[in-house]
Amino acid sequence: MTDASLNSPAASGPSQSLHKLDARTKKRNAAEARFEAYGLVAILIGLFFLAVLAFAIVRSGLPAFTKTVLDVEMNVSQQDFDAAESQLFKTKAYAGLFSKSLQAQLTEQGVTAPFDDAAIERIAGKVGGTIREFYRENPGQLGQPVSFELAAASRVDGYFNGRVTRDTLTESRFLMLSDLDLADALKEAGIVRNAFDWNFITGADSGVDNPGGAGIGASVVGSFFMMLVVLVLSLPIGVAASIYLEEFAPQNRITDLIEVNISNLAAVPSIVFGILGLAVFIQFMHLPQSAPLVGGLVLTLMTLPTIIISTRAALKAVPPSIRDAALGVGASKMQAVFHHVLPLAMPGILTGTIIGLAQALGETAPLLLIGMVGFVARGYPDGFLQGFVEPNSAMPAQIYTWAARADVSFYDKAWGGIIILLLFLLTMNIIAIILRRRFERRW
Amino acid sequence: MPVFWLIVIVLAIAAAGYFLGRARALSSAGGDIRKLHSLPSYYAWNVAMKVVVPAVGLLIVWLLVQPLYVNNAASRMIPDTQITQGSSRNLMMAEVRRAAEGLDNAVAAGAIDERFARNARADFNDVTQRLKDAGQIVTATITQPVLRAAQRYRVLSATGRMIMAGAVIALALAGLLLGLKESHADFRARNVVEKGIRWLLIAAASIAVLTTIGILLSLIFNTVEFFRLYPARDFFFGTSWAPSFSGRGGSSDLGVIPLLWGTFYISIVALAVAVPIGLFAAVYLSEYASPRIRAVAKPMIEVLAGIPTIVYGLFALLTVGPLLLSVFGDDGLGWMKAGTAVMTAGLVMGIMLIPFVSSLSDDIINAVPQAMRDGSYGLGATKSETIKQVVLPAALPGIVGAILLAASRAIGETMIVVLGAGAAARLSLNPFEAMTTVTAKIVSQLTGDADFASPEALVAFALGMTLFVLTLGLNIFALYIVRKYREQYE
Repeated sequence: MTDASLNSPAASGPSQSLHKLDARTKKRNAAEARFEAYGLVAILIGLFFLAVLAFAIVRSGLPAFTKTVLDVEMNVSQQDFDAAESQLFKTKAYAGLFSKSLQAQLTEQGVTAPFDDAAIERIAGKVGGTIREFYRENPGQLGQPVSFELAAASRVDGYFNGRVTRDTLTESRFLMLSDLDLADALKEAGIVRNAFDWNFITGADSGVDNPGGAGIGASVVGSFFMMLVVLVLSLPIGVAASIYLEEFAPQNRITDLIEVNISNLAAVPSIVFGILGLAVFIQFMHLPQSAPLVGGLVLTLMTLPTIIISTRAALKAVPPSIRDAALGVGASKMQAVFHHVLPLAMPGILTGTIIGLAQALGETAPLLLIGMVGFVARGYPDGFLQGFVEPNSAMPAQIYTWAARADVSFYDKAWGGIIILLLFLLTMNIIAIILRRRFERRW
Repeated sequence: MPVFWLIVIVLAIAAAGYFLGRARALSSAGGDIRKLHSLPSYYAWNVAMKVVVPAVGLLIVWLLVQPLYVNNAASRMIPDTQITQGSSRNLMMAEVRRAAEGLDNAVAAGAIDERFARNARADFNDVTQRLKDAGQIVTATITQPVLRAAQRYRVLSATGRMIMAGAVIALALAGLLLGLKESHADFRARNVVEKGIRWLLIAAASIAVLTTIGILLSLIFNTVEFFRLYPARDFFFGTSWAPSFSGRGGSSDLGVIPLLWGTFYISIVALAVAVPIGLFAAVYLSEYASPRIRAVAKPMIEVLAGIPTIVYGLFALLTVGPLLLSVFGDDGLGWMKAGTAVMTAGLVMGIMLIPFVSSLSDDIINAVPQAMRDGSYGLGATKSETIKQVVLPAALPGIVGAILLAASRAIGETMIVVLGAGAAARLSLNPFEAMTTVTAKIVSQLTGDADFASPEALVAFALGMTLFVLTLGLNIFALYIVRKYREQYE
């Protein structure tokens, strides 16, 4: 394509061969190539951001699933036990016993590293108390070799994860540079190793001072109860509302009002729903703060528009001939809808519901306002019914709590929590996709 | 949880009614199903519905109204003279509720007996001590009138609950009897049931309207309350945001301008990232990409929209912030003081918004009829010229609508700015400085310790109102543009 006829004088005709590109054509072709390249670059930038995000999550989140432990073999005899119990500082005596065993194990491995009791305490915490506890509860183990698995301090954990480096370490009473030499020596001797931290998955939140003991389990339970409330309320209400609007509603102003309302509610910022929950459920109705019930109610109101919009689409996709056939054989309008249209639309409805639930599961902002953040979820609810009303946290709220804490060690936990949250979301979305692929009918 | 058991009882009555109604209708027809007006299950559902719907309706209304009534009754017991300086009736009532709850817990734990808890002559010192012994939280402000009101509150609540349980069960049984009486062969059960279901469907559809009304009422009431304590002029035109932390001093500056500026600045940065990338991505996906690339790239980019905002918030705080700081901070160009800044939040929010812009624009570009492209090609235009001069102008209203919707998302976004933008409200042009937004301040004003009656907490509702009006306006404007300027192709 050229525009030779446009600019050149008509009488003289093309001055060049048509097979040879003139300057303007070249320019236009270059512009064409550039434009396509811009588009490709935009796509690549989008994918690059996605990759960076995924990389950041995995790299920063994986340390949360492991903890550094010290494996120390101890053999405490009855005499040692009696001697230690008779002393004034009993745990100190046990710490001494521990140091002795550790020294023996180091020499056995052929590693030399000088250390004192204070260094042990900085690396492994108050080991004396742990050991004393164990032997007082299991006197039968006295005189036999016992293998202790002791969790290392969070700063040592950070050193092995690369969060704390020798250059950035400021020496304090929590960790000295010499401790890092000792930690390296212990690692060389095979005493320090990385273990999978089950507590992170099953445990509850710890206080501000104990990042190592924090787990996400309790808030997973809180999220579960919230999602139960959302599912039980939003699915029937959403389906009922969509059936009315799609199948029965007369074309009038009230119907119009409801429809405009729903589409606007879908675009209201989630924090506004949090304000609604705070004002109506907590200030007005005096429902318990931080309870999954309240969180579930707020998220239900937030999810309803999503579910209604996708359910209406699913109902609309069922061809009118189905309804006509049902009406033709004598069904009432209600029967046609409930016996024929609804079952055919069910896969689409369920897909929409699961996607709505996934959205609700990751929502944080409204939960901040109804008090699911300041609360430290230290344990599981006592029973099924209590699960709804007892204060608890939820996964995203727990992640926010960790991210807002001053101690840097909690950041690992926050990233780890995000991995768990994303795993849940991924599972839900995959279920939705499978549902759609397997059951959706094209008419 | 007596409400739970009440619901179980009502459901049990309904189940019984289901089978009884069915059996009664059948027997009235002599066991011949053809003599019934409707199918037997409609008679059954008729009874069940008459049991459940009024009973549960009454339960819900009662649960809503009773606290109001009890609160009022207890509140009347506290004379105005007893309200201490610097306190309010609301605070006193919170105290009353707390005391009542403490008494409840103590009775449940067996620390004090019911008679003592109700004893109208009990001395508040004695009760306080007993409550403390029972491990209940008791504040210093518990006084004789508060204790009396708390006792009254307990008694009224307990009787209210009793009456409610009785009334709900009685209503369920009445419904059962009525339904059973109707269960006769000539009764038009299907029509009645279908009418009932239709009303239930309407009720479900109106919940969306109720939600909007709830949002508006809770925002308006508290905003009006706020403007009673703080002049509206200072709120809308004040250029300084400095809430006092002491709780109820008049020394707070609560001007919304710095917050709005932060909100707009961050949104503009976000849109500056999202709009070019999203638009070019949409053009490439709809016009250039082969079906195979499209099948992979489109869902991948849409994954960005499915990631919860808390993840983006953390990404901004812990990855993007430090990264920007290492380039623009003191080690690099020296423009940036801390990791949290307008740039950090805006950049990450932009990433989040890419799929909003690209998906919506993609749909709109695809809706432009192929004939228009073919016409342009026929005149000798290249592909990019066609896109720039034919396709995009045709799709423009829709694209503007998509951008406006993305802007409304950006303004309402909370977690990214809470974690990534910083907490200081300031009016500045430097995008590497920390600023704060309306949403971030709603969170910080309502999650602190300030009590709900203070202007420092109530301002959050005024901010919420501002946010609601802004986003609603943007959405309506977007819809208006799309409707008004959309080219109608057959």
